[in-house]
Amino acid sequence: MANLTLLQAVNDGLKIAMREDPSVLVFGEDVGPKGGVFLATEGLTAEFGEERCFDTPLSEDGIIGAAIGMAMNGLRPVAEIQFQDFIFPAFDQIVSEAAKLRYRSGGQYTAPMVIRTPYGGGIRGGLYHSQSGEAYFCHTPGLKVVIPSTPHDAKGLLIASIQDPDPVLFLEPKALYRSVKGEVPEGSYSVELSTMRTAREGDDVTVFCYGAMVPVCEQAAESAAASGISVEVIDLRTLYPLDEEGVLAAARKTGRVVNVHEAPRFCGYGAELSAIIAEHAIEHMEAPIMRVTGFDTPFPNTLEHNYLPDHRRVLDAIERVHAF
Amino acid sequence: MVQTPEELLQILGPEGGLEGELPELDDEALRDLFVHMMRVRCVDQRMLKLQRAGRVGFVGTARGLEGAMIGSAAVLRPTDWLWSGLREGGAAVMRGLPLAEYVAQMYCNSNDTAKGRQMCNHFQHQGTNYPSWSSVIGTQVVHGVGAAYASKQRGEEAVHAVYFGDGATSSNGFHSGLNFAAVWDAPVVFVCVDNGWAISVPSSAQTAAESYAAKARAYGIPGVAVDGNDVLACYQAAQDAVERVRAGEGPSLIVLHTYRMLGHSSSDDPSKYRDDEEVAEWERLDPIDRYEAFLISKGVLNEGERETIEADLYTEIDAVIHEQEAADPMPLATLVEDVYESVPRHLKEQYNAFLSVAKRYGEAERGEGEFPL
Ligand SMILES: Cc1ncc(C[n+]2csc(CCOP(=O)(O)OP(=O)(O)O)c2C)c(N)n1
Ligand SMILES: [Mg+2]
Repeated sequence: MANLTLLQAVNDGLKIAMREDPSVLVFGEDVGPKGGVFLATEGLTAEFGEERCFDTPLSEDGIIGAAIGMAMNGLRPVAEIQFQDFIFPAFDQIVSEAAKLRYRSGGQYTAPMVIRTPYGGGIRGGLYHSQSGEAYFCHTPGLKVVIPSTPHDAKGLLIASIQDPDPVLFLEPKALYRSVKGEVPEGSYSVELSTMRTAREGDDVTVFCYGAMVPVCEQAAESAAASGISVEVIDLRTLYPLDEEGVLAAARKTGRVVNVHEAPRFCGYGAELSAIIAEHAIEHMEAPIMRVTGFDTPFPNTLEHNYLPDHRRVLDAIERVHAF
Repeated sequence: MVQTPEELLQILGPEGGLEGELPELDDEALRDLFVHMMRVRCVDQRMLKLQRAGRVGFVGTARGLEGAMIGSAAVLRPTDWLWSGLREGGAAVMRGLPLAEYVAQMYCNSNDTAKGRQMCNHFQHQGTNYPSWSSVIGTQVVHGVGAAYASKQRGEEAVHAVYFGDGATSSNGFHSGLNFAAVWDAPVVFVCVDNGWAISVPSSAQTAAESYAAKARAYGIPGVAVDGNDVLACYQAAQDAVERVRAGEGPSLIVLHTYRMLGHSSSDDPSKYRDDEEVAEWERLDPIDRYEAFLISKGVLNEGERETIEADLYTEIDAVIHEQEAADPMPLATLVEDVYESVPRHLKEQYNAFLSVAKRYGEAERGEGEFPL
């Protein structure tokens, strides 16, 4: 066991995967000698050489398109998009190509690859260094969408994603890169995709969240406990395909649900959670299913602390569903 | 100095000696260029200082690029458009962006004309046709071309100068932009500022083409390679390109070869990926030192005058900074404004709900009250 930040855990996961499997390679903008703008790929070029960790020209479309071809021909690319905000030049390659390749070829061709990218707010990055675009990708059958919130899960989910036979979008909560630390096993292990994690047990209200919202919801749960409300916090970990059974069991357990994400509300991930719970467990619900989300606006800069859901807004929703 | 297969357009030698033909500029105009370059450098220095003090979040540095941006942009009229990449804020100031607005944008405070919506280093100035870049590399290249098409169709004389970096030449926007402009014969001057680096990726690794200027040929337009640390060469190259457009001869590309002397931004440590020797080599070609030597030899500037100019500039800049330190907090309603022309009902509701929680916790700093629904 080592006590690592989430960023170090990602770095460790990449190294382990590359040591285990010589077909794994890492590329993107500034991932080589610089080690990535957040230093997630630090030391990879030194250890594995320029053939396995290298910088590309500045084209996300090129990065992802090439990764697909590599994956189709025996390599295991782990492509980095420097900020999730810059993934959109590659949207076509991801949505039209990577996600549909297996289906359109009747399983003859596949694209086992990982796209790693930091997402979310909290670094005063304004509207192009802060977005949470998970919903666009969760609306794309054929893709898997994974978001860790702890160092342990970051490493285990990353290794599982690299070993997965299908394309995985691995969204890293940049706000947590250096702000969370935790015990991380040495060597290789994986955390199974499409399994949620109970971050905190509780009986009165269930809060569903992921990524950088997990610590926010844990803090809200702590405050709620002080006023006698017992909150269960579920870290979804894989958004798509979702651990539906786990979600429904956690929703039924309390009958009061709050869904939290920093992305905008309309057609956001919380809407899907609400719909699934309403369809399958409405008879267990004691209160309306609530959402705490970012505003339906682009991501602000100066007012980002007002835009991002904080523990108070989550607590407010918890109290309201509890009192309903 | 970069090696290009084309002859590099150069007017001043490395020591500031006149080696080419002087552009048509009188002494006052020559001196103005110098002051503008100095202002860019002084503003950059101050912003870095403020960044270290935690007053501004991020500085996209301009040191080394003063000649390229000032020389090339000086040929534009206020009615022309400048489509900026990452580092043309100094050119915007020369063309009329008030320094106060520049600093307000760096502070992202309530005086910022973009209402603090963008991170630092995303300047705009409507008065001189200077939209901000988004942050997404290369996207502005095509916007400039579309706007140029509009100018042409609406019978305006405007020239659109579209700036981008060496890194941006790999973006889809570069390809579509040059292709469309050439096909449409749009009134555009493409200005590629090859500053040697795209963050940590050297410009030599960005392309296998024989040069950046050579890329123009593939699109059917001329490409000219320019010594980007020679302000007069940058001026002349831009002037020629603009004249081509005004004469109806179509778009072209000029490539200003220069060097980003500092990190990509205040958060970058360039020692991880480049040698000090290379930096030192370019330090000797400093665009300001070189131009100063020329102006002194021509008698336009006196020995030691640079120090006076610098001191005056710092006084000017510091006064503006002082003023911007005192800005009011950002009004909270800006959270939901400008998404659409008017605030739709669902956003009013979201804002009101937010305000009621914020009030409960005593945090509604500048909420002017709820939106009536
Ligand atoms: C589409 C996109 N990808 C990645 C980035 C991150 N990024 C910001 S600046 C930069 C390098 C740009 O290099 P260049 O075009 O040469 O401009 P310079 O920074 O040298 O002025 C990168 C990769 C971005 N802003 N947009
Ligand atoms: Mg560059």
